[in-house]
Amino acid sequence: MRDTEHSGLGTASCIQLTATSEPEGGRASLRRARSSTGTTMHAFKDSGHLFRLAAVFVAGILVFLVLRGFLVPKSFGQYGHYRGNAMAEIAARPVNFAGHETCETCHADVLDKKKDGKHAHVNCEACHGPLAKHADDPASVQPPKLDTAVLCVRCHEANAAKPKTFPQVASADHSTGLPCDTCHQPHSPVIGGGAK
Amino acid sequence: MPGVEGFMYPNEIELQWSVLIVLYPFLTGLVAGAFILASLERVFRVQAVKPTYRLALLTALSFLLVAPLPLQLHLGHPERSFEMYLTPHRTSAMAMFGFVYVWYLMAVLVLEIWLDYRRDIVVLSESTTGWRRWIYRMMTLGSHNLSERALAIDERVGYLITVIGIPSAFLLHGYVGFIFGSVKANPWWSTPLMPVVFIFSAMVSGIAAVMVLYMLMTWSRGRSIDMRCVDTVARYLFYTFIIDFSLEMLDLIHRIYESDESFRSLDFMVHTKLYLSHIVVQIVLGTVTPIALLGLTQVVKLTEMARKRIYALAGCLTLIGIFAMRWNVVIGGQLFSKSFLGYTTYKMGLVTREGLLVAIVLTVLPLVILWVLVKLLPPWTERNSGLLPDARAAH
Amino acid sequence: MSISRRHLLLLLPAAAVAWKHVLAGTPESSPNYTMSQHWWGMLIDLPKCIGCGNCVRACQAENDVPDGYFRTWVERYHVSDYDIENPVVDSPDGGKKGFPPAKEESGKNFFVPKLCNHCVESPCTQVCPVGATFVSPDGVVLVDKQYCLGCRYCVQACPYGCRFINPKTDTAEKCTLCYHRITKGLTTACCENCPTGARQLADLKNPKDPIHEFLKTHSVQVLKPNMATHAKVFYAGLDGSVR
Ligand code: HEC
Ligand code: HEC
Ligand code: HEC
Ligand code: HEC
Repeated sequence: MRDTEHSGLGTASCIQLTATSEPEGGRASLRRARSSTGTTMHAFKDSGHLFRLAAVFVAGILVFLVLRGFLVPKSFGQYGHYRGNAMAEIAARPVNFAGHETCETCHADVLDKKKDGKHAHVNCEACHGPLAKHADDPASVQPPKLDTAVLCVRCHEANAAKPKTFPQVASADHSTGLPCDTCHQPHSPVIGGGAK
Repeated sequence: MPGVEGFMYPNEIELQWSVLIVLYPFLTGLVAGAFILASLERVFRVQAVKPTYRLALLTALSFLLVAPLPLQLHLGHPERSFEMYLTPHRTSAMAMFGFVYVWYLMAVLVLEIWLDYRRDIVVLSESTTGWRRWIYRMMTLGSHNLSERALAIDERVGYLITVIGIPSAFLLHGYVGFIFGSVKANPWWSTPLMPVVFIFSAMVSGIAAVMVLYMLMTWSRGRSIDMRCVDTVARYLFYTFIIDFSLEMLDLIHRIYESDESFRSLDFMVHTKLYLSHIVVQIVLGTVTPIALLGLTQVVKLTEMARKRIYALAGCLTLIGIFAMRWNVVIGGQLFSKSFLGYTTYKMGLVTREGLLVAIVLTVLPLVILWVLVKLLPPWTERNSGLLPDARAAH
Repeated sequence: MSISRRHLLLLLPAAAVAWKHVLAGTPESSPNYTMSQHWWGMLIDLPKCIGCGNCVRACQAENDVPDGYFRTWVERYHVSDYDIENPVVDSPDGGKKGFPPAKEESGKNFFVPKLCNHCVESPCTQVCPVGATFVSPDGVVLVDKQYCLGCRYCVQACPYGCRFINPKTDTAEKCTLCYHRITKGLTTACCENCPTGARQLADLKNPKDPIHEFLKTHSVQVLKPNMATHAKVFYAGLDGSVR
């Protein structure tokens, strides 16, 4: 097992070289060199290629660090490990549903009708759909007409998974094909309870 | 819903990680395994495997160069991948990828190969002409110092790097296992055994790959295969395979015995959608058969020819088995719902960005790179065997 | 009824506040919002859910969620008698168009709305390699789509299946708890459109929020508590079969 120490060297020497074809080269001579004077100087010189390689690596790392300085977004790390500006960007999204308070500022009449009825807690846009654009500019954006035959059953069609206390009908039997608003007032659906 | 059985959360129906992500651990596994084989010779002084030493290093390098490509291709925004270097997230296993990769590529593989080949490079930079000369010249970094002392220093540093390289190779692949093993949301992945299983399966696949490549290349060059070398490599393959298999069985038995909330769902999956790739290909064909074949060569005295054939067969089966293992981990982990109530199907595209064609190209690409590397930096030791100090390998 | 917006603002000072919210948002349009004063979550009062799918549709309309992907969805559970280990669950198109009649009337049937749980110890933000998803200082888990790589690790890491890759942007996407609304004093699109109050936005840092009274008087649960994600979507009346 003596010569295994040179195994790497051995593999490396597949091209014949006059300089180091002697098998006892390598480490032994290094040891010898160590014990003589001027060692450090020689060792330094003989590992020159390693320093060159190290210089290439260091240069690479430096280039990376400089680039990093430029490329990392400025707001990164402001609050945590993320771009601080991201939240403002997400918050800047336009709103599509205006919210019932907004509708009610203009449609106080509907609110009056609705607020004592069973649909009091059903918000306007739950039936009318997203209307922020209409609320923004009612003159030019008209809300689409609703088809009660489709609208009401979404909530009221009987289904075993619905809470038992929720008013449900089997629409086929209940309305016999008529639109629900022939009998019910959408904003105050209970029939016969006055304006409820 | 086509391809869906039972109930999936609606966002789960589409698989997130495709065949390219199957390829990725397969490739890095080969890298890690090949490197470990190379280090057998250098650090653990297993002389017999020396003929594969350089080939193993070059194999590792060529596969490592390709390993990030499937990841890049799979990203929604490949152009942003440099962010992993800019702002790596400390708590993310994946963020470490960039650094582990660069460390392993530059500080381990390239350095070790460079040191090992430096002498050849210097000589070649003088003996060749034309563009090759320029390449070799560049690789010398302008230093032609081949003094005894310089080479001795190379040898020492190279040894040191191999010693550092072994844990690095474990890290490279163990962390890939950790990427999966640490996903607590996914019971098919979430096990502390995952990184260990990945490391051992990596060693298995890397050793098998180098063994097959060595036999193939030697044969195609019209040389005779060094049987002492292949026998030893096969023996190590056998040992690591047994450890790998035991670990996988341990995981399996543990799962079956514990039978936690996910068990019924996973068990069903293994018996249906994963039956072919898991039971048939991975376990029977890709694990038990090669182990039996290799075991046979250990127990029975066989002729050289028979052994060669068995090694080639076992090596290929092993590679298929390990690929199937990656497939079953990556794809299998996405086929069942995290509600444990249903299953989806993986539909592989053919010519899409993450399709079969790309996967095949990416599997062949490392071999092309290896071919170029072998031309550029010949790993063969026997050319001047008579003159070399390690000629004893031929006796 | 030809009131211009300008007039309205002059006539109804009270409405002015609401108006600001409606304005197509710029970050400056939520000037009175201080992140550190909020800690958002949601309350889901399951016995009230009627499975109408309003929340799913509203979410899609508000956030441009592509078809086939869901930031919120509704599941229907059927549990027969004592067999809570084996519920039968369906969610046709995420419940967007409501539910067909139940196949099995016997046993227990109920709806479960799902959305991002805005976990404090969120597994998804933990695994993001670059910091493109994060828990904001007001407790909302957000995705920075300018920065996301699309590596999909977060999708894998979410135990609840709440994330997906938007095929248009190729980045991860999920419920933002309508961050663009709640920072302007509005409620989320799903809560705004829930007819029964089954979904309620909750500001856990606001002592006046009704959530505190509710939590005091009801048993609540989070989904998959074994995942220890510190989820902030609280379910009242959650059945043991729900996963
Ligand atoms: C700025 C005041 C304003 C706001 C806010 C407003 N609307 Fe209107 N809305 C109007 C006016 C004015 C009309 C009548 C337009 C017309 O007739 O040309 C109208 C008409 C409508 C109509 C159609 C009436 C019909 O005869 O067909 C509906 C439905 C409606 N609004 C619903 C809503 C809802 C829901 C909201 C809340 C999102 C809302 N509006 C907010 C002013 C407003
Ligand atoms: C239960 C569903 C429902 C709710 C909740 C609802 N609407 Fe309606 N609304 C309807 C239907 C149905 C019609 C009649 C069909 C149509 O005009 O499109 C209607 C008609 C209207 C009209 C025009 C005709 C009229 O009767 O004045 C206005 C304006 C209107 N709604 C405003 C509102 C506002 C404002 C709110 C919220 C306070 C609201 N609606 C809530 C269903 C609803
Ligand atoms: C978005 C869901 C929704 C839609 C759409 C809807 N409703 Fe309702 N409806 C409700 C809710 C919630 C209640 C109150 C239930 C309660 O009090 O428990 C209610 C109550 C009622 C009631 C009173 C039942 C009782 O308690 O006697 C009637 C009648 C009714 N709705 C009819 C209609 C009609 C007609 C339409 C179509 C114009 C309609 N609803 C559309 C949600 C809806
Ligand atoms: C022919 C007239 C008519 C039509 C059309 C009609 N309803 Fe009714 N509906 C009634 C009457 C009458 C009642 C009982 C009185 C009440 O409770 O208000 C009622 C009651 C209800 C109730 C309350 C049931 C309960 O259990 O308390 C609901 C919900 C309801 N209707 C929904 C609808 C829906 C949805 C439609 C459209 C598909 C519809 N109705 C169409 C006449 C009608």
